[in-house]
Amino acid sequence: MSSRMSSSLKSSTAFVVGLLLTMHGFFVVTFLVANAPLEKTMGIVQKIFYFHVPCAWLLMLSTFVCAGGSLAYLFRGSERGDRLALCSAELGVLFGLCVMVTGPLWARAAWGVFWTWDVRLTSSLLLWLMLIAYGLARRYGGEGGRRLAAAMALFAAADVPLVYLSVNVWRTLHPTTKVVSSLAPGMRLPFFLSLAIFSALWGVLLTLRMRVERAHARLVELTIAVEDAEGRSP
Amino acid sequence: MARPNWASQAARVAWKDLHIEGRSREVLYTMGFMAALVVLVFSFAFISGQEVTVGPDAVAGILWVAVLFSGTVALSRIFDRERESEAIRSLLLSPVPRSAIYAGKLAATAVIMFLVELLLTPLLAALFSAAIGPHALWLGLLLFLGTVGFCSVGVIFSAALLRARSRDALLGALLFPIVIPVLLAASRATATLLDPAAPDLDPAMFWTRFLVALDVVFVVVGLWSFEPVVMGE
Repeated sequence: MSSRMSSSLKSSTAFVVGLLLTMHGFFVVTFLVANAPLEKTMGIVQKIFYFHVPCAWLLMLSTFVCAGGSLAYLFRGSERGDRLALCSAELGVLFGLCVMVTGPLWARAAWGVFWTWDVRLTSSLLLWLMLIAYGLARRYGGEGGRRLAAAMALFAAADVPLVYLSVNVWRTLHPTTKVVSSLAPGMRLPFFLSLAIFSALWGVLLTLRMRVERAHARLVELTIAVEDAEGRSP
Repeated sequence: MARPNWASQAARVAWKDLHIEGRSREVLYTMGFMAALVVLVFSFAFISGQEVTVGPDAVAGILWVAVLFSGTVALSRIFDRERESEAIRSLLLSPVPRSAIYAGKLAATAVIMFLVELLLTPLLAALFSAAIGPHALWLGLLLFLGTVGFCSVGVIFSAALLRARSRDALLGALLFPIVIPVLLAASRATATLLDPAAPDLDPAMFWTRFLVALDVVFVVVGLWSFEPVVMGE
């Protein structure tokens, strides 16, 4: 019991530290991003980059965490894995939405169009659609919905490199850019800090959402226990 | 009596489904009709005036969209039969490895879909004056590989959706995002083969190899995950 308490205390401490870090980080990063040097050709529009790329990274991370959780649920029956998969898929949909909103805004300013079938855009879109499909399977899949969604997550993770490769060859005409490695020195600190803060936010949100799911599972258990007890002694 | 090996067990599951289908021909007819309708709908949408030819890109796209849409019908119907009289329970209780059941279902669905495609492709060639003659065998191989890729994912989802109320609506919604690379590879390769002006067939070769790799990945994930996915049935 005491080890359980100490581990929950440890996770609470980590959660509070993460929360404080995220809260402070957003002020610091906003300040740094505002003061970062302006990009020569795109100007102020390039600042979207500091939010767009971390969101895209979290979309990717969510997919793989979702697949990891699904794997644990499918093959070891881990309820925790199932909750982790659900919560990270939801966060993936959320951060994917940020990618899908900030991406076209940036594209419109940089390329003059809202959408091009660029490899990164297209594969992010497909990844996002898979996570939405995961949510649909979970919610409307009936009795086998959880297992169905877990299978969906496994196929999605196996699909990621295939999607990237196929779209890349499909659109070979489009120039591939290496944005991050060509960042100006003044932009690096705000970018990597922004990446870290966004990841911390993801961790905080995931912890919160997992707690809600755990409480929900416990509530269902208790309700069933109460109904059983009432059924036995009318 | 010696227990039959894995391959013959899988073949028996496939044979059972094909035997039932051979009697009723329900999936074959409904899927074939659906596929022909999809092609016709595209014809009405794309063709205007006296001009009856559309580019090889569009013909390849129409063919594969028809295969995917009609394939969804076949997938949901193949597992619908298992729901009648709780046949799925007997199938899962039989001393056959789950992976053999998966392989059998995959083979049966792919064979039925492939038969429909063999009729659909000449129809498409006739309607759009597409040259399927020069690379007929290669085209057949592409249809086979694309169908296996599609079914390997579809069988898993269809099995898991057996008891869901919104089964038909969900199957397509879950399946299509995953099989986009199959559609992409198959339609690109088909477009190259159908294009008489294509300078070389290198893209078709690349996409055919890519389809093989895709099939291997999907079938391995399918064989591996079928057992836990249907465990609660």
